[in-house]
Amino acid sequence: MAEIEENKVRGIISAINGPVIKGTNMTTFKMREMVMVGKNRLIGEVIVLEGDVGTIQVYEETEGLKTGEEITPTGRPLSLKLGPGMLKNMFDGIQRPLEKIQEISPIFIPEGIGLLSIDEEKLWDVTITAKPGDVLLAGSIFGSVQETKVIENRLLVPPNISGTVIEVSANGSYTIIDTLVKIQDGKNEIHELKMAHDWPVRTPRPSAYRRETLVPLITGQRVIDIFFPIAKGGTAAIPGGFGTGKTMTQHQLAKWSDADIIVYIGCGERGNEMTEVIEDFPKLIDPRSGESIMERTVLIANTSNMPVAAREASIYTGITIAEYYRDMGYAVAMMADSTSRWAEALREISGRLEEMPAEEGYPAYLPSRIAEFYERAGSVETLGGDDGSITIIGAVSPAGGDFSEPVTENTKRFVNVFLALDKSLAYGRHYPAINWLESYSGYIKILSDWYEDNVAEDCIDLRNKMLELLYEENKLQEMVMLVGEDVLPDDQRWVLEIAKIIKVGYLQQNAYNKDDTYVPLEKQYAMLKSIEYLYEKGRSGLKLGIPTSQLKDADIFGQFIKMKYTIPNDDLSGIDRLKDTIDTYYDALFKKYEN
Amino acid sequence: MKRDYLKIDKVVGPLIQVSDVDDVFYGEVVDIVENSTGNVKKGKVIKIDGKNVVIQVFQNTAGLAAGNSTIKFTGEAFNLPMSLDLQGRIFNGIGEPIDSGSDIFSMVEANINGRPINPMAREYPRNFIQTGISSIDTLATLIRGQKLPIFSGNGLPHNELAAQIVRQAQLGDDVDEAFGVVFAAIGVKHDDEKFFRKSFDEANVMDRVVMFVNYADDPIAERITTPRCALTAAEYLAFEKNMHILVVMTDITSYCEALREISSAREEVPSRKGYPGYMYSDLASLYERAGMLHDRKGSITFLPILTMPNDDITHPIADLTGYITEGQIVLGRDLFQRSIYPPVAVLPSLSRLMKDGIGEGFTREDHAEVANQLFASYSRVQEVRDLSQIIGEEDLSQTDKKFMTFGRAFEAEFLNQGFDESRNIIESLDLGWKLLALLPLAELDRLTPEMIEKYLPQDE
Ligand SMILES: Nc1ncnc2c1ncn2[C@@H]1O[C@H](COP(=O)(O)OP(=O)(O)O)[C@@H](O)[C@H]1O
Ligand SMILES: [Mg+2]
Repeated sequence: MAEIEENKVRGIISAINGPVIKGTNMTTFKMREMVMVGKNRLIGEVIVLEGDVGTIQVYEETEGLKTGEEITPTGRPLSLKLGPGMLKNMFDGIQRPLEKIQEISPIFIPEGIGLLSIDEEKLWDVTITAKPGDVLLAGSIFGSVQETKVIENRLLVPPNISGTVIEVSANGSYTIIDTLVKIQDGKNEIHELKMAHDWPVRTPRPSAYRRETLVPLITGQRVIDIFFPIAKGGTAAIPGGFGTGKTMTQHQLAKWSDADIIVYIGCGERGNEMTEVIEDFPKLIDPRSGESIMERTVLIANTSNMPVAAREASIYTGITIAEYYRDMGYAVAMMADSTSRWAEALREISGRLEEMPAEEGYPAYLPSRIAEFYERAGSVETLGGDDGSITIIGAVSPAGGDFSEPVTENTKRFVNVFLALDKSLAYGRHYPAINWLESYSGYIKILSDWYEDNVAEDCIDLRNKMLELLYEENKLQEMVMLVGEDVLPDDQRWVLEIAKIIKVGYLQQNAYNKDDTYVPLEKQYAMLKSIEYLYEKGRSGLKLGIPTSQLKDADIFGQFIKMKYTIPNDDLSGIDRLKDTIDTYYDALFKKYEN
Repeated sequence: MKRDYLKIDKVVGPLIQVSDVDDVFYGEVVDIVENSTGNVKKGKVIKIDGKNVVIQVFQNTAGLAAGNSTIKFTGEAFNLPMSLDLQGRIFNGIGEPIDSGSDIFSMVEANINGRPINPMAREYPRNFIQTGISSIDTLATLIRGQKLPIFSGNGLPHNELAAQIVRQAQLGDDVDEAFGVVFAAIGVKHDDEKFFRKSFDEANVMDRVVMFVNYADDPIAERITTPRCALTAAEYLAFEKNMHILVVMTDITSYCEALREISSAREEVPSRKGYPGYMYSDLASLYERAGMLHDRKGSITFLPILTMPNDDITHPIADLTGYITEGQIVLGRDLFQRSIYPPVAVLPSLSRLMKDGIGEGFTREDHAEVANQLFASYSRVQEVRDLSQIIGEEDLSQTDKKFMTFGRAFEAEFLNQGFDESRNIIESLDLGWKLLALLPLAELDRLTPEMIEKYLPQDE
């Protein structure tokens, strides 16, 4: 590559304004080309070309940069190296491994360290399945590598190449830059297939076609799985002011979702939160694989103090990595915390370009960028003929906690699940602070068959019934605030009592409790069913004229509130016993009143 | 040898523009020498466009005019000499001594902008710092290496609270672990600075304090560098000299206002309330300098103070801060007006790091539950109070009346404590239990039976 660079025409830096610089002599540069800026060879990307003047966003700190220094073209767009070695690792916004950066500089991230990517020296044990004479289509699988204990990396023919196999290496140990297979395409051109291939971050990877999303992403979180489910291949947003629980919810999803692969993007958020993931995830065991959840996780970190242009790129880096694993036939779930920081990075760059702002200083293309991003989610048939999916869950950090700001509003237009976090719930330490009145899932209908077949016939009906009860409680609470609770008729007071059990005993879920942090779907259903049972018992009692004060037995209510802790996840017999307790108590009570 | 430039094209607020400039770098420090007096002002290159350069001047630009000064580009970034001798000294916002002591000489220099800490190098903070203040220790626990701001309002006792924390906080595990304080005053009144100086004296830590002071009547551009100088000193002491450093910084609001003023002089597109769109990243470049590292013993615990305009927590300054820091201690005006000190509004207060720094082995096994129950019950108190406003306290249900009693006792006994009173965490937790005992058992739904059995005081 060095000699190619020698012959290229270089640009000359003419202006510097934070992460945005301008260069002259750039007629031969291409839009979106990756460039090396200045003596320190900072990494940048061409974002505007006008005559011989180019504008570049620089992914590293620009302090120290001078006008007159050179801009070197690389001849290719900002790309990722996609291959084994990404899982269990943490990268910056442009896929540079933070562990390798640490070897260069132990504490702080310096500028000018160049383009690093996944390890090119590591040897992997490769099994090649392609045989000479085979026709390999774009995106098909020609071999495999055990990337981590739980994930097999299926070696993909890059999506833009196909041909007939003319040479195959023996199975054995190779690095990601060794040639494994040679294929010849229709124009008799020969292509070398390696474990890794480059792909431009801003170009969605192709798939054969989109499918409907029919299966939920099981998260182990009651309020999500039962009340506001997310489909595999679907989209969800988690908006909320600071401290309402966006990051905790995202972490919970990253830890417990039944996706094959997790791509977690810390986009403009706290350094310690990424450190926490690095420290905690390796210790957590995935209930499905029996191995650490880190084995299936890729982390991208552009913390709030890292360069802002790389923040803009981090989202694309994450989604491209997600698409890469999707193309192998995996169900990928991607969390972006927070998409607002990405939007703000767009705003900052746009401001430096002196573009005409639309709402609140955001560029007019904000809605289309958000749409394009969420549209990269989906269930697909891959080019190789497998089922793959990407679920995107984006946190949104509205300014002032006000959901009517542009990022929240535009996100709402393009996602199907909206998990609205609520400040007053968080203040009362009702976690997860997902407001059941404001949240919704657009997947209830298409997933209802799945719930009927896999959980219980009446699962969705039960969910609807309980949600209605919560809506009713909300209306009653408004009345209580005017007249006090004592004035309400007994049947309404009973609704308030049951709603309290649903809120405290069911919707609240303690992420710090080792059992409650993840709850299997059977228990989620059984818990709610038993609450309904209590509700109906009480209603029978009301018909006999029994007052709510009698129907509310402190001991039984206490058991309901604590059942998430007292009933083990793998033994639900306690719920049957609870029902027996209810029967015994109420039968006795009813007898008194019947006579 | 670099060329000198004799002509200033334009002066806009704290910015000057110079044309026909060659060979300068982005962020380069500039000396602006007044020809007649030889006085030197410092500045920094903040924009280069062809041969035109915009310089942000740290001192007052009054008096600068087209032909009366010489601009010298120093060829240096904004570096400060670093040494243990910084301790006990007082500097202005650009790191020049303003006490009677001599200049700091050192071979070690550090760029005040710092560089982002690699998340791989961080160690997740888990060590409890006892401040002796019940509301903080129990409900919004401070952790060593945390950035925990105080959200206050004009006239509220945030300075007193910060001083009390400096005086009472136990930063190190052992007596032989070195600790120190870095104090940055940004746009503060002379009285406030004096108050802090006096309280450091009283706490007997003056020789361990590094002070950077920018007074309210000092130039605003210097407010941009004041916190950076302070944090650079903190990083040096913590990560090079293995000290536990508490950084107290007041007032972030003045800092943000300076940022807005400069942004408007630069004619940038404003976002909310006129503050620049990059204010989040800019604040993050300060707050994220707190923390702990794997292979360094020291730590930076960061207590920034901000006054919320109109006591509005959704104001961009508080809002963006809350999005970056690891929680917040919010002071409430209504508590203050009822003479409760410290007036910590517990419901909006939060320590995001407390979860790993409390409980068995750190504080006591019941800590998380007690905290949770106090939050939940006090949150209920607010609802009951709203209701009692409407229907009158006499008409409340028996249970609600108990919540009213609990609320009053909680504020009077738990929140309220003396400026010189230090309670250890066990005392604070026990006090919490004593107050919870005022409520019906059935309402204590955040407590497990085991903890109730063990800690809840029995009625006599
Ligand atoms: N599910 C949960 N269980 C327990 N605590 C929670 C939960 N969700 C949030 N919290 C509490 O709320 C705090 C703030 O949550 P976080 O996710 O960091 O908020 P955000 O990202 O919205 O600012 C956490 O530090 C934790 O104390
Ligand atoms: Mg967060």
